[in-house]
Amino acid sequence: MGNTHAIVIGPGHVDGGPQGPLAQAQRFDLPVHDIAEFRLVHLQADLEATQLATLANALLIDPVGEQWSLAADADTPEDSIVIETGLRPGVTDREGAELVRSAAEIGLTIKAATIGRRWVIRGELSEAEIKTLAERVLHNDVIERWALGSLPAAFTDPTATAPATQSVTLDGLDADGLAEVNRSRRLGLDPEELVAIQAHFAEVGRAPTDAELEMLAQTWSEHCAHKTFRAKITVEPGAEGGEPEVIDGLMKSFLRSATDQIDAPWVHSAFVDNAGIVAFEDGWDVAIKAETHNHPSALEPFGGANTGVGGVVRDILGVSAKPIAVTDILCFGPQDLDPSELPDGVLHPQRIRDGVIAGVGDYGNKIGVPNIAGAIVHDPAYTTTPLVFAGCFGLLPEGSNPTRAQAGDSIVVFGGAVGRDGVGGATFSSQTMGVETAEIAGSSVQIGDPIVEKGLIDVILAARDAQLYSAITDCGAGGLSSAVGEMAEELGAEVDLQLVPRKYPGLAPWEVWLSEAQERMVVATPDPEPLLALAERWSVGASVIGRFTGEGRIVVNDGDPTSGGSNVIDLSCEFLHGGAPQRQMTAAALSLSRPERSAVPDSFDAAAHLLALLAHPSIRSNEDVVRTYDHEVLGGTVVRPYGGAAGDGAADGTAVIPPGTSGTRAMALGIGLNALIGRHDPEAMAWHVIDEAVRNVVVAGADPAELSLLDNFAWGNPTDPDTLAEIVAACRGCHDAAIHFNAPFVSGKDSLYNVFVRPDGTPDPVAPTLVITAMGIVKNLATVPLTGVVAAANDVWLVGPLGGALGGSHLDAILGEDHGGAVPAKDLTALERHHQTAAAIGAGLVKSAHDLSDGGLAVAAAEWAFAGRLGLALDVPETPEVLFGEGPGRYLLEVDPDDEAALLVAIPGAVKLGVVLPDPIVVMGDIEVSLDEIGEAWTNGPTSESEGGVA
Amino acid sequence: MTTKPKVLIPVALGTNRDGDLADAFQAAGADTEQVPLTALRTGERSLADYQILAVPGGFSYGDALGAGRLLGLDLAGWFGEQLQAAVAAEKPIFGVCNGFQALVRAGLLPGEDRKAVLTENLSGRFECRWVTLDPVNDTSVWTKDLREPLRCPVAHGEGRFVAEDLGEVEQAALVAFRYLDEVGQPTEAYPANPNGSAAGVAGVTDSSGLVLGLMPHPEDHIVARQDPLRGRASGGNCLPLFQAGVAAVAG
Repeated sequence: MGNTHAIVIGPGHVDGGPQGPLAQAQRFDLPVHDIAEFRLVHLQADLEATQLATLANALLIDPVGEQWSLAADADTPEDSIVIETGLRPGVTDREGAELVRSAAEIGLTIKAATIGRRWVIRGELSEAEIKTLAERVLHNDVIERWALGSLPAAFTDPTATAPATQSVTLDGLDADGLAEVNRSRRLGLDPEELVAIQAHFAEVGRAPTDAELEMLAQTWSEHCAHKTFRAKITVEPGAEGGEPEVIDGLMKSFLRSATDQIDAPWVHSAFVDNAGIVAFEDGWDVAIKAETHNHPSALEPFGGANTGVGGVVRDILGVSAKPIAVTDILCFGPQDLDPSELPDGVLHPQRIRDGVIAGVGDYGNKIGVPNIAGAIVHDPAYTTTPLVFAGCFGLLPEGSNPTRAQAGDSIVVFGGAVGRDGVGGATFSSQTMGVETAEIAGSSVQIGDPIVEKGLIDVILAARDAQLYSAITDCGAGGLSSAVGEMAEELGAEVDLQLVPRKYPGLAPWEVWLSEAQERMVVATPDPEPLLALAERWSVGASVIGRFTGEGRIVVNDGDPTSGGSNVIDLSCEFLHGGAPQRQMTAAALSLSRPERSAVPDSFDAAAHLLALLAHPSIRSNEDVVRTYDHEVLGGTVVRPYGGAAGDGAADGTAVIPPGTSGTRAMALGIGLNALIGRHDPEAMAWHVIDEAVRNVVVAGADPAELSLLDNFAWGNPTDPDTLAEIVAACRGCHDAAIHFNAPFVSGKDSLYNVFVRPDGTPDPVAPTLVITAMGIVKNLATVPLTGVVAAANDVWLVGPLGGALGGSHLDAILGEDHGGAVPAKDLTALERHHQTAAAIGAGLVKSAHDLSDGGLAVAAAEWAFAGRLGLALDVPETPEVLFGEGPGRYLLEVDPDDEAALLVAIPGAVKLGVVLPDPIVVMGDIEVSLDEIGEAWTNGPTSESEGGVA
Repeated sequence: MTTKPKVLIPVALGTNRDGDLADAFQAAGADTEQVPLTALRTGERSLADYQILAVPGGFSYGDALGAGRLLGLDLAGWFGEQLQAAVAAEKPIFGVCNGFQALVRAGLLPGEDRKAVLTENLSGRFECRWVTLDPVNDTSVWTKDLREPLRCPVAHGEGRFVAEDLGEVEQAALVAFRYLDEVGQPTEAYPANPNGSAAGVAGVTDSSGLVLGLMPHPEDHIVARQDPLRGRASGGNCLPLFQAGVAAVAG
């Protein structure tokens, strides 16, 4: 190792807002008065003082307003506390790498560089308080180090030697012995699967290698193989008795079967590829996919959410499509949670939220893909198990995704090098979490490198257009093991790990094979040369690592075994992909009794409840979040998440024109989720959230006759029969509703084991959460309704029933208890209303529209008026059911009085409720609230409140 | 037949609004080419073969070491001679967002050894919102014929223009655009001014008027359907800005 130098630069800009470090410290009751931030640069280099000055002036300080000094010479006030933080060696460090590269550009040689932070703190802190400040506010132990005072420089060890491949003896082990292997290697396999592996190797006549076991565990993991959704499930009969129901795979019986039955001509690929592919217009398809990234986001919110977006973007690239939009649906605990209520090993919900939002924004912004739709929900059930759903949408010329690798094709890997980060991501995501998870799973969590992914997009699209590859997939969880394993399922492959680029030495062969290191794609090609040239042109790494053999085996070597290399894996594809026994599971009977709704209490105050609902953390404006996401890049956004007269009104669905298409059509996106209903009735929830997603795309101008859906399930431990019963019910609802709406599922993802086990052993499961994303096509851009009401004196029409259900409503959420009553029931008449509303929109009769959703009619009216900066007068009775009831298939439409007759032809059941007012007030019967009150509650309401959900 | 002017749009690792910029210049009547920096380094392409240089937005090199710094280093280091030749040949140069940041880092803006930087927004956050821009420079080839305010989105985290001597920059009439508030006055107030730039500075030019840089994205308001005020207001389309640059080199 050479010399190390430490340089301090600053002071930097410190966020003084509620997300800044000072506010966070105060949340933990730490007596901190001031925090200043400096950048701390560690260099591994032999540089003279003049060279350090050249480097600092050219590459580190801003020409206006910043200073640099050697860390040892930095001037710190005497009464201040200095804490230094920095990334752990080996964690992705784009800035450090760029400093090495750019120093060479100005003629200076640096071996390695890392950029951390020096925090200069004023306040009277005890040793314990300093530790809290460092651990809870200033750094995250999963990826960073910290020190009081000076943090020693640390770089990856260039001399580390790699451990060899090892055999793991299974022969002769009983169930306990197998379970111990399973536990100590954190394989996450079922007992039956361990027995099958033991029997397989007994037949082969040798012990498996560590790499073979890891590859089997990854391939058979819940994350990759969805074994719960493929399991044979016995559903116990309910109180009325009868035979148990047997379901042979939820995926097959409910989700795929709905798609098969609908047999929609616009679906070009469903469930089989990395993403669903559907027709957009002549010559163009769109690819759609939504993923979850929950476990990583709980531990390292920024990195977890960051790589969640990166992963789903790669899924889209993995079907040869150009990413054109991303979405994010986020579920967090209460933001004002008393920190003393947090179990060890859990980050505060506010820190999780801030990190996740920053991570989502960072990735999408940097790859230049607009984030155009999302939702943020707060509920105590997400405190220990936050949820992060990331979606991506892509465009590809029809039929341009090759999916047939040929025997003899080379295997080419594009993108970054592998490291220890992300090893074991697939198996980690398939198990519950506990206090110790952060410690042991640190290596499963990664930081993204979006700039590399942007380069990948450029290379892959150029390669696609030049028809340079015969098959493609991405390296997600499971790394090369998963990517090559899947592509070689029918062919077999041979790989030499020595050809795989590594970030640093010392990785065991199985780690190289399993490393999830982000931003990598794998292609099969008969001729790698043009691909390698393209990669060089776009500054992206590329290596040929092996070939597809046609021999039906996965053979992985570390160097040539005939000249000093070793054999790492030799598995038959048949066993790898077909050897796992089908899981057998039991679901309890679901009991769904709801008490009668209690009478309206004397304290019922409609206007106050309306304002409280508008301020509810799951309803209030998220404009401040959405403005940190670039939703304009690519220039195709036509319906934005926030619009209206002042750009701060909520849209329902959103729409983008894919760049390069005819420009006469747009892709509309809608999202539905509602865990409040799901707690009481998961099947009703499925109907409810599909309807919500459909309403959103209809308001964005889409044709409801040609929709495609994505399903994302997030539940607790499915081996608990009651939990599995909820999942079965939700799947049944998805199946029936999809068929009813003629809207096929084309892709989906389940995330299970979202359970935090408290130190005393109590499981803390997530709320049952189903997220539905609907994609529709806007065929007439000219008639898309505006966001927010447009002109005084226009009429206001209601489509659908005046009243709604109050069981599982947001009204009960703000009242703080369950007042009983039925949840919104499935409504088979809603479908006709969606079609009629779309017809009225298509005929140009609808100036603006808003769907009735969370909080019912009153909330919809208030949001709609605020967005248009105009008032409303609605002649309605002010009962709780009318004002706040929720239910499917309901819209508010703004229509010119001259178009009344035409509207009634399009929607015979529409009811005129009132008019748009020039005055800034919303009047509903006897209730009157001003736009100022609405705006204050909706935009400045608390981001959360502890009573925000009903347990 | 006259040939269309050719616009060079250089693409570094992390550049991402190159397509938007190409669409805008094409709509203004130019031919465009998005060229990776590697192709400029190998000599496969040369700035000498183009009439306009337009540096696009994005996150070149991931904004490592400060937005635009490393792309600026590339421009000044690798392509310094080509750039000087382009300036000497009076070719218009355009930088938007990250491209503006890079032109400032490379010393082309505000030019003549004036010290300036585009630094973190006062809000501390990345901001994506539509803004209204007053074209205040009546000598630059890009802006001299613009009469009406433009409307377009910003999308940046480091867009606050800080000059060592802003008074001198004003004196030399190098300010090209200012953020306007809802009553049409230049503003320092958030959110109409999304980054807190003093005197509402959104873009600057050099003393020749040929080099223009701005933080907002006029390339994303070229056709009416992109306008979020569609159906409520009109105007503010940014196509004339690109047409002005193209007209300056056409025929």
